[in-house]
Amino acid sequence: MSQTSIDPRSLRAPPKRPIKLSWSDERVRGIFWQVVVVGIVVSMVWWLWSNTVHNLEVRRIATGFGFLGREAGLPIAESLIDYNPTNSYLRALMVGLLNTLKVAVVGIILATVFGTLIGIARLSKNWVLRTLSATYVEVIRDLPLLLQLLFWYAILQGLPGPRQALHPAEGVFLSNRGLKLPWIQWEGAHSLALVAFLLGLVATIMYRRQALAKQIADGVPRAVWPVALVCLVALPLAAWAALGAPFTPDIPALRGFNFQGGLTLSPEYFALLAGLVMYTAGFIAEIVRAGIQAVPNGQREAAQALGLRPGAVLRLVVLPQALRVIVPPMTSQYLNITKNSSLAVAIGYQDIVSIANTTLNQTGQAIEGIAIIMLVYLTISLSISGFMNWYNARIALVER
Amino acid sequence: MSNTMEAVASAARADAPPAIMLDKVNKWYGAMHVLRDVSLNVALGERLVVCGPSGSGKSTLIRCINRLETHQEGSIKVDGIELSDDLRALDAIRREVGMVFQSFNLFPHLTILENCTLAPIWVRHMPKAEAEALAMQYLERVKIPEQAKKYPGQLSGGQQQRVAIARALCMKPKIMLFDEPTSALDPEMIKEVLEVMVSLAETGMTMVCVTHEMGFARQVADRVVFMDRGEIVEQGPPGEIFENPRTDRLKLFLSQILRGH
Amino acid sequence: MSDAAIPTPARPAPITLVGPIAWVRNNLFSGWISGLISLVLLFLIVKWALGFIEWGVINAVWSVPNNQTQACRDLRGTGACWAVITEKHRFILFGTYPYEEQWRAFLSILIFSGLFIVSAMRSFWRKELALVWIGALTAIGVLMWGGVLGLNYVPQERWGGLVITLILATFGLAFAFPLSILVALGRRSRLPAIKALCVIYVELIRGVPLISLLFMASVMFPLFLPEGMNIDKLLRAQIAIILFAGAYLAEVVRGGLQTLPRGQYEAADALGLSYWKKTGFIVLPQALRLVIPPLVNTFIGFFKDTSLVLIIGIFDLLTAGKTAIIEPAWQGFGIEVYLTVGFIYFCFCFAMSRYSQNLEAELNRHRVR
Repeated sequence: MSQTSIDPRSLRAPPKRPIKLSWSDERVRGIFWQVVVVGIVVSMVWWLWSNTVHNLEVRRIATGFGFLGREAGLPIAESLIDYNPTNSYLRALMVGLLNTLKVAVVGIILATVFGTLIGIARLSKNWVLRTLSATYVEVIRDLPLLLQLLFWYAILQGLPGPRQALHPAEGVFLSNRGLKLPWIQWEGAHSLALVAFLLGLVATIMYRRQALAKQIADGVPRAVWPVALVCLVALPLAAWAALGAPFTPDIPALRGFNFQGGLTLSPEYFALLAGLVMYTAGFIAEIVRAGIQAVPNGQREAAQALGLRPGAVLRLVVLPQALRVIVPPMTSQYLNITKNSSLAVAIGYQDIVSIANTTLNQTGQAIEGIAIIMLVYLTISLSISGFMNWYNARIALVER
Repeated sequence: MSNTMEAVASAARADAPPAIMLDKVNKWYGAMHVLRDVSLNVALGERLVVCGPSGSGKSTLIRCINRLETHQEGSIKVDGIELSDDLRALDAIRREVGMVFQSFNLFPHLTILENCTLAPIWVRHMPKAEAEALAMQYLERVKIPEQAKKYPGQLSGGQQQRVAIARALCMKPKIMLFDEPTSALDPEMIKEVLEVMVSLAETGMTMVCVTHEMGFARQVADRVVFMDRGEIVEQGPPGEIFENPRTDRLKLFLSQILRGH
Repeated sequence: MSDAAIPTPARPAPITLVGPIAWVRNNLFSGWISGLISLVLLFLIVKWALGFIEWGVINAVWSVPNNQTQACRDLRGTGACWAVITEKHRFILFGTYPYEEQWRAFLSILIFSGLFIVSAMRSFWRKELALVWIGALTAIGVLMWGGVLGLNYVPQERWGGLVITLILATFGLAFAFPLSILVALGRRSRLPAIKALCVIYVELIRGVPLISLLFMASVMFPLFLPEGMNIDKLLRAQIAIILFAGAYLAEVVRGGLQTLPRGQYEAADALGLSYWKKTGFIVLPQALRLVIPPLVNTFIGFFKDTSLVLIIGIFDLLTAGKTAIIEPAWQGFGIEVYLTVGFIYFCFCFAMSRYSQNLEAELNRHRVR
């Protein structure tokens, strides 16, 4: 056969198999079952829907999201944005969403740090540390989170009032009004210093990447720490000093029956955060431990035998493999923190669920209220799981 | 390789300081005494084969040489450097000593080429292009340059082990340790790995091999060390060890090995 | 090599390597940081343990006459007021179930426990186990409701406490498990419409918190039903829990279906088995066995999650505990009550988690061989 001529067989399209309208045809059966199942589901949904429409008419419940623009009239104790009860429901829900994110984001960071430490402690050579962390993980995971939240809240409420507040360190007060921490009077210079620090952090990370890339290219190792020192310490300090280096400590102090000044964590926020962090840290610890143990010892030995220093062994060999095991379940724990923050409603922290719940009680529009809750969480969940699928596909091991 | 040539070569090596010196090394795992007063010198360029029944301490011995295990008594000197808790000495030794494991221990998340260039780049501070050229050179020597872009999981056991050898060689070590490199492999793959090891031996590399491959020992070893229960029982040129075993323990071991083959 | 024929005798390891001294050195003082950590932790553990014993045992008040809690209040937090448990333990366990009939609720708790124990034993993993479950759950229904066999009728509103927690969890499992198998099979189906339905169900449920489902059950379900038809609150919460658990269990079952080697499916096809025969005889028996440990872990999860019904006002164990301290006389003794309720939850969950760990170790052993 010559190179140019085309094999006539390759021109033939696969024959189309005609659908035989017979029960013995696999595709007919497939279509039949799909029609049956979808039919049942659709008719059930239609039945429920028509009942609902009828009930709403009978009970004269309004529908639609028009209520969002109305005055909410519900007081909210803590808020990240300006809010007062004359604002609209929409703004109240925004406050709730921000409160959810406030507890979820701080919770995720703290739980990751705390959980990773416990997970590493579970693998420690030190018997006391190992046993203590194992006990912690076992106990904390066997108790309902809601119970733990109520327990912490009960402890906080059982604390003495501001006048007899626990005072473990200068400027730190723990009372039934929550936790008070010393802070500083925030001024423009501090914001600028913070911005400088963040810019410095980005610059350091970029410099480090470049330095490593250059080292890969020409082999000359470059020290990163001088640049880090300049960007992370000197730059923010310079920015702060340039604006006159203002520093006014804002230390909480007892005035009459309550505290003034300082940073406040309300008892509700504190109990919710502490409960979520301690509970989730128990799960994260197990994930981290499993991830570290999933890297066979031979990998570490082989890297050592090649002469890699401990830091490089961790960075180049152990972590890339451990993260593969850690990241997917870790993501679902982050998702769990976000979803579990909805338990706030039980101890009176006003998150999105709590405010949506109040809204639906006040307006009677249950369907819209629950739809808002679900929509918010679905958006968060689906975006995180979308990210996770992308990440998993990216890091999957190639095997034959 | 003729016998006379080998005799000349070993005579020349006799004056050089030994590459590895072990002096009355003792090691325990918990209460188990796994190395008992082991003393052994390996000359530069010498090819040493360590054999013995399983649990005799041979793997422990060579893992002590690059301090994957720590010994508790006695002293070990590699290339004149004493092994101790000193991290700088350890770095120096690990740079000079390459190791090949029974279970390959390739890094599954890196390509074959990346496995080979990892240590040259980060330990030897070699430019990437140079490291890659070096790696390709060694991959050609172990006869798998065409697999460079693949991942370890896509290779057969024999290919993985040859990559592991190339990876160790990329550090240009003075000494190579082999810890039962063929015991996890199928027979036809054993052959391809042994061929690579023989060709490596012909370049004059100092090698310490823990292996049961008697054919390999006869072909390349200058000296065979027989270990049993944590001590060196007999040592000598392969011919002598295999033809005229003096101790009952070695005779028993050899009869079991031969029956097994 | 003169005496090489005689093996060198093993020398005992130096005292620094074995024995209690070595254990202490390796496990407590392997370096000065480790030693410091050990000392600090041991000090804290002993201090807290002593503090807890002082609070919980030495200074504690175990009972008070006629709700006179002054003795407890006088402690000012230096001692536990276990009197609240002495007084309220029946309320916490059985809710407002009629006092003289509480043996029925107690017997139900025993049947539940027996059911769990029987289900945990491998020698009972047979088809008949389903019959045992149906029998046991029927018996519990008869005991709790009464109205037959000479038992007085007790309306469902009077049930409460631990029994409700066990009912929600057990009935939840009994219905969610079959549902989850169907959904897991559906998600792996080749029929696009069925697959899509199952994916939507699982992702929708897993994407929202359980609370939102419970709210839905409590405020939206009544709107779903035709006028005049009403189902009670407990049943509505039970349905929400079943839907919730079904989605999570389905993902676990799907994991088992995925780990089953393809060869098993191919071999079954080669034998000419139909889809349902293949699934029932070949796929499920193997896949379910593989996922029992994660199934138990998921079950522990939603056993704990049943406590969320507190938020919609259903009288489970945790709600009973919280309600017990609403009475002014007993206000402020939350810590004692929550410790007790927590202990009950812990007993159930710890037993299950130990069981799943042992089972996993056993399954792994078999797989290695």
